[in-house]
Amino acid sequence: MQDSSFISILDVSKHFGAIAAVDSVDLEINRGEFFALLGPSGCGKTTLLRMLAGFEVPSQGKIIIDGEQMSSVPPYRRPVNMVFQNYAIFPHLNVFQNIAFGLRKDRLSADDLKARVNDALSLIKMESYGERKPDELSGGQRQRVALARALIKNPKVLLLDEPLGALDKNLREQMQLELRQLQKAVGVTFVFVTHDQEEALTMSDRIAVMCAGRVLEVGSPSDLYERPKTRFVADFLGTMNVFDGSIHARDGDSYIVDTQGLGRIHAGVASRDFSIGDKISVALRPENLKIVDSLSSVAVDGSVSGVMSNTAYFGDSAQVYVQLEGSEQALVVSIQNQDGAASNVGLGNRAITIGWSKSSVLLLKGA
Amino acid sequence: MSRALLKSGSGWLRGYTVGYLVFIYLPILLLPVFSFNDGIYVAFPMSGFTLQWWAEMVAQPGMHKALWNSLAVAVPVSLISTTLGMMGAKALTTYRLHGARVLTGMFTLPLVTPFLILGIALLITFNNYGLDLSLFTVGVGHVLICVPFSLFVLLSRLESFDRSLEEVALDLGENPWMMFWRVTFPITMPGIVASLLLTFTISFDEFLLAFFLTGDASTLPIFIWSQLRFPAKLPSVLALGSAILIVTVFIVIIAELLRRRGSTRPKGQAI
Repeated sequence: MQDSSFISILDVSKHFGAIAAVDSVDLEINRGEFFALLGPSGCGKTTLLRMLAGFEVPSQGKIIIDGEQMSSVPPYRRPVNMVFQNYAIFPHLNVFQNIAFGLRKDRLSADDLKARVNDALSLIKMESYGERKPDELSGGQRQRVALARALIKNPKVLLLDEPLGALDKNLREQMQLELRQLQKAVGVTFVFVTHDQEEALTMSDRIAVMCAGRVLEVGSPSDLYERPKTRFVADFLGTMNVFDGSIHARDGDSYIVDTQGLGRIHAGVASRDFSIGDKISVALRPENLKIVDSLSSVAVDGSVSGVMSNTAYFGDSAQVYVQLEGSEQALVVSIQNQDGAASNVGLGNRAITIGWSKSSVLLLKGA
Repeated sequence: MSRALLKSGSGWLRGYTVGYLVFIYLPILLLPVFSFNDGIYVAFPMSGFTLQWWAEMVAQPGMHKALWNSLAVAVPVSLISTTLGMMGAKALTTYRLHGARVLTGMFTLPLVTPFLILGIALLITFNNYGLDLSLFTVGVGHVLICVPFSLFVLLSRLESFDRSLEEVALDLGENPWMMFWRVTFPITMPGIVASLLLTFTISFDEFLLAFFLTGDASTLPIFIWSQLRFPAKLPSVLALGSAILIVTVFIVIIAELLRRRGSTRPKGQAI
């Protein structure tokens, strides 16, 4: 995050026939950043990554990496390396030969080559695995070999295509941390593609959320999670209760909003300028909702009553589904399991009141 | 495996299987058996053991020449058609070509055209262009029929080939030429060897095209055919046939061993 725009993606589009896989994307990525391209499958994130690697040529627009125009540079002359989704370890070479593959042109002496590869092996904590064949490696080890094979080239940018997608859950969580630490250690700019919002939130400095070939929003994980600007991003990152609504009036630094489901409510500090009558979406995070009952005396700015229809217990928390009066929609409320709070909620079919503070109500443009 | 098959099968199926194996292998086994028979007639009872026919076969100068001619055709033919087949298979599997299915169909046409017709057509063509018949024209004909075989062997190998391995090579700084030699070639090696051996065998014992297109220099099949006109030469032809049979079996075993080694290559390979 020192000097800005280490990578500039300027008005880049990629058409396959009549379909625009990537549609007029503008992005600036900083040096040393851990940058995520997040989106559902088919949103164009992998195509964008492949254009950075040079495997796809943009139909339109420019890609500049460290001041160099990349459009006509073939993949083998770009200062970037890529970790493929399936890792693509060469089956005919052992681990040592796989990692050394990209060093042929450096014409190192046998000793230097050995030293470089051994350094890379110790970076991924696989010092004793040099002689192993790829089919003797676990998924996590293959992933690390792919990483070492790319990083040994000292790329300016490392591209990762769903780097953890092929791993099981526990290993994935461990590798998220390892990748993050590795990136900090080597200081290389990482651009990675994922459809897993949790992964993107955990690992990245900044995230670009993509949908249908376009970048909808760019920002830090907390920006996007806490202050999304579009309904898609609000919905895609984490769980969100979203209601259609319209602006009824402005009241100091808050709005009064009519919603379908929650009735007329107040929404906190206006970060956007809406006009009276604008169609909007009203969004509330499950963790910002509280159960209001006679025992507790939490102050809330708004509340709604409903019938508790279902509970999902997660251990550290529980989600309560509340069927709202006069609405088809269910409200999801998250309860932290502090001192057994989540297990004391009880099960279904009792009347319940849910409250919130007006500063946690998000207003999003468009219905 | 065949034992398990025989055990599990009903009586009828067992009889069919045995009959089928006998039908395939008995005539072939008669070849070496009678090549050691002390007599010029191929009929039971056999009259005694002799190495005379093998000695006669080895001593025949015409045979040496024909064998040499056949090798001089088959070796380049297998190399050229495997190269062309590789290029075709690579193009068909790498790019989303327009009309790829039509193209594949066109490539197979030489296979289903009767060789007799193909031979006449080539003969007319060469005559029209004033090309003298020689081993070269035989080779051209053989390449024509060998490329489809090579193409199909390599297509099946390349279709299961993970394209991202090639992309990794490009990503790691190798241009497409080096990418081919460091990644595509070693990984498709078993298919390439299979193609080389297959096209070599096809060219080596092809008769019809060679019959039309050869000039003065005859290949081994043409030589054998010419020898059959003399009844006294028959036993030494049997010896020659046996020798070819043994070499062929040997080649197939080597190919199979190579194929197995290809999937579990030992360590210490140069990078």
